[in-house]
Amino acid sequence: MSSTETSEKTFLFPKERPFKVLVAKLGLDGHDRGAKVVARALKDAGFDVVYTGIRQTPEQVVYAAVQEDVDVIGVSILSGAHIHHVRRLMELLKRMGATDIPVVVGGTIPLVDVEELKKMGVKEVFLPGSSLRQLAEVVRRLAKEKRSREETLT
Amino acid sequence: MSMDMLLERARKGDLRATGRLLTLLEGIDSLEALLLLEKITPLTGHAHVIGFTGIPGAGKSTLISAVIGEYRKRGYKVAVIAVDPSSPISSGSLMGDRLRMQAHSVDPGVFIRSLPTRGLKGGISLAGLALMEAFDALGFDKIIVETVGVGQSEVDVMEAVHTLLVVTMPGAGDDIQTLKAGVMEIGDVYVLNKSDKPEASQTWEYLRFSLESGELGRGGGWTPKIVRTSAVMGSGISKLVDVIEEHKKFLMDSGLFGKRLLGRRRLLIKLLASHLANLAVRRSLARTSDAIEFLDKGRYVEVLEKVLQGAINELRYIIEGGRGV
Repeated sequence: MSSTETSEKTFLFPKERPFKVLVAKLGLDGHDRGAKVVARALKDAGFDVVYTGIRQTPEQVVYAAVQEDVDVIGVSILSGAHIHHVRRLMELLKRMGATDIPVVVGGTIPLVDVEELKKMGVKEVFLPGSSLRQLAEVVRRLAKEKRSREETLT
Repeated sequence: MSMDMLLERARKGDLRATGRLLTLLEGIDSLEALLLLEKITPLTGHAHVIGFTGIPGAGKSTLISAVIGEYRKRGYKVAVIAVDPSSPISSGSLMGDRLRMQAHSVDPGVFIRSLPTRGLKGGISLAGLALMEAFDALGFDKIIVETVGVGQSEVDVMEAVHTLLVVTMPGAGDDIQTLKAGVMEIGDVYVLNKSDKPEASQTWEYLRFSLESGELGRGGGWTPKIVRTSAVMGSGISKLVDVIEEHKKFLMDSGLFGKRLLGRRRLLIKLLASHLANLAVRRSLARTSDAIEFLDKGRYVEVLEKVLQGAINELRYIIEGGRGV
């Protein structure tokens, strides 16, 4: 057995853990068809998806994300209250020491608000008509970046 | 962050550290995770592990949410491991058990973790067993394990938990279904959920007949109980928790509590060993593709010997690799 093999820290067959994503509906908004389609598309793209469903508070989303130790948080909002809820979500992530978890937002977001959401720290905003394949690619890239930052920390 | 610091912070109730620690232990087929498991084992042995199994759609998640509420009222800290299936096509998963329990998600005395099966059968995943040890070490009083929805023969979970609840619902087959071997034999408690629905009394009779017509059970002198609940209506929940606690008392009094803990560790080793052996066989098969050609001539014995020899070599590599670090 060569020295590189013995210095391996894992058993013979280390398998990459799939990326884990939280999909939630934020706020008083029961329109979950889009969120379900996204959750399903991410499952089909090989992600482990935790789906927490409708009418979630920012607190519930943050606690779920931290307990599940997800790589990406995706929230869907069709109520118009995105600025208010996402601001609160980002504050709570900070308080929880979890700002390293990237957040993406999807829904009926007016173009004028996209910039403001990004200023709060949202990594990507998906508007109506976004392609599922593109969405999966963006989420994969964000998850990969987060995992590689973890590796440099330890 | 060092492993010791992570563990210390998690034990103090830091959610982020707990989440990270669980992720490390989920990768239980790595040496790193096994060493972490060895480190936390002295802290374990106190938690009462309660399994919920049964057919998909019987209401396990909703029932668990109600049971969490009842246990919180009684002052216990509760952890939940919710297992959902991984896709055989994409290897991804869509885990929706947590959705039913979100009412408890910001309660500091409740910690919910979803887990995909990653292709393992038996209703409970290998990683799930590692998570049980973790929650035990972190001081949770009750660890609730929700298996994937099971059919008839997924009985591994029986070895992993102290108290096993088999959840069924009205209309789920006749008395022959309840008399069959497998899942319908392994419960310490049978729960007829959705008992507000039509056919509930009929299904109740089938269950009662099945339990009273035999003397099967997991042994030690416990007579399996049946409880009817309606998780959505909130009825029968307090009674159900009373019965679960009665079973725990029985386990303590009979000395079975500690034995079941060892059973869960034995299952972890069994699943881990067979997982690695499986991989070794698959790798060996890939490497001895030339031997497979002998199958044309029907030389089964020769091919089998070659494949097994290859698998032994793979396993030796794993063992030496593990020791070499």
